[in-house]
Amino acid sequence: MTLVVAADQLGKVFGTGSDSVEALAGIDLSIPQGDFISLIGPSGCGKSTLLRLIGDLLEPTSGNLLTNGKQPSQARLDRDYGMVFQSATLLDWRTVRKNVELPLEIMDIAAEERSKRAGEMLELVQLDQFGDHYPWQLSGGMQQRVAIARALAFEPSLLLMDEPFGALDEMTRELMQQEVLRLWRETGISVVFVTHSIPEAVFLSTRVVVMTPRPGRISAEITIDLPAKRDQDTREDPRYFELITEVREVLRRGEA
Amino acid sequence: MTDASTEQGTSTTAVRTGVSVVALIATLVLFWEGYKFIWTALEWTWPVNPSDRTLPHTWDIVAALFKPAQRNGPLLIFVELKAALFTLREAFVGFIIGGSIGFGLGVLFVRSKTSERAFMPYVVGSQTVPILAIAPMVVVWGGKLDIPQWLTVSIIAAYLTFFPVTINTLRGLRSPEPTAVELMRSYASSPNETLWKLQVPSAMPYIFTALKVSAAASVIGAIVGELPAGFRGGIGRDLLQFSQQFTAAPEKLFAAVIIAGLAGMVFVGAVTAAEHRFIAGSRREPT
Repeated sequence: MTLVVAADQLGKVFGTGSDSVEALAGIDLSIPQGDFISLIGPSGCGKSTLLRLIGDLLEPTSGNLLTNGKQPSQARLDRDYGMVFQSATLLDWRTVRKNVELPLEIMDIAAEERSKRAGEMLELVQLDQFGDHYPWQLSGGMQQRVAIARALAFEPSLLLMDEPFGALDEMTRELMQQEVLRLWRETGISVVFVTHSIPEAVFLSTRVVVMTPRPGRISAEITIDLPAKRDQDTREDPRYFELITEVREVLRRGEA
Repeated sequence: MTDASTEQGTSTTAVRTGVSVVALIATLVLFWEGYKFIWTALEWTWPVNPSDRTLPHTWDIVAALFKPAQRNGPLLIFVELKAALFTLREAFVGFIIGGSIGFGLGVLFVRSKTSERAFMPYVVGSQTVPILAIAPMVVVWGGKLDIPQWLTVSIIAAYLTFFPVTINTLRGLRSPEPTAVELMRSYASSPNETLWKLQVPSAMPYIFTALKVSAAASVIGAIVGELPAGFRGGIGRDLLQFSQQFTAAPEKLFAAVIIAGLAGMVFVGAVTAAEHRFIAGSRREPT
């Protein structure tokens, strides 16, 4: 089985000398293709740092890491992954459609093909009516859907999401979770999802990776054995609550 | 929003602007004449003597504009408007030269920390040298190099304009949020693509703020640039001449000052109009 992420004794230290901070230590992690993995833990546990190492937005200080079976820098140059941040990070001088086309422009894809793909992506996130709107005319949830469409536009095999729904209200958040699950099923993409919401991690993932801070370490990996097809009923499933409790207890043990 | 309501919005704004301009002028006239009246009545002479020689009546200033500048010559207002237009042309060329240099330096500095460290002190230092000291040197050098005199004046104007553009371009190019920079990196974007697709568009509100400052400064630069050589044709020479005749005909100097001020306002207004055209409403002013 191919691994989209393979980390071996991965470590990251910020700064040098007495001011240095050890953000990650001894991270061993394997993510098989097609999985939906959540990284969860309190602030400062290094979950966003780990995501950035996978995407070659940061460089590790020690250990080995392969993204899509390559050095992360090569995976980045090959545009193997799409990235979604907590803030939608849309360029506000571009229309929604032009925002989705941005990565395609950088990849030198012809205008006709760009506009075709942007149209398909907007359809996929159900925003095809809003292509000519500007980002500020959209709600927070819609903006985040544009950001997801943009990340998927060049058909990467891996989607990296850094607390993408952290700034949304609870109702929008639940809708977006359904949405991202649907996209995951339809595209067969692998997802690494950073969150600090336990129910969100359990609802979305095939596996939850629990992290503890100072330095950031993986304290447990919990396989989520809920049915593959998840909907509003899943949120009332007794097993869902059991798993939430399990994750919570691991997190609490990490704090003690 | 429909087109009709946009148009209505524009015309309401225009009316409001018109009303506030008239109100401002009325207030200034009232203040000027009120000062003159009270200080004359109480025989005060401090801080400014209210006599007609130092503080002519506002209507005398306006009247001066509509008298011939010389015997049997055209009206002063036409002479000064023509001179102002001449000066504006020099200022505009200086503005383009200075703006381009400013933008170029901003890009250079954002690309290379070393060049910023090496050159930034000189860029800042250049602005602490008074333009009055620089202007005669540039005029002399320009003369030696056979550069047309108006272009020499433009270079002096450019000297005043490049600085705000450099500083604001640099700040604007650094303004994108860190995640936007990470996003471009995740696309394996080249430095040039990141510059043109992310940094320059992000910098536009900052650059336009600088261009407004520079537009006003370029007019000052052009006027000052005309002085040392007594360069004819522009409004600088007239200001110099009228200030020498101040005790005899103070209203002429004030009239020329008003026209010079108008020239600067027209230029800044044009830059503001360009800003509204190029930048969407939601992102005009940097915060």
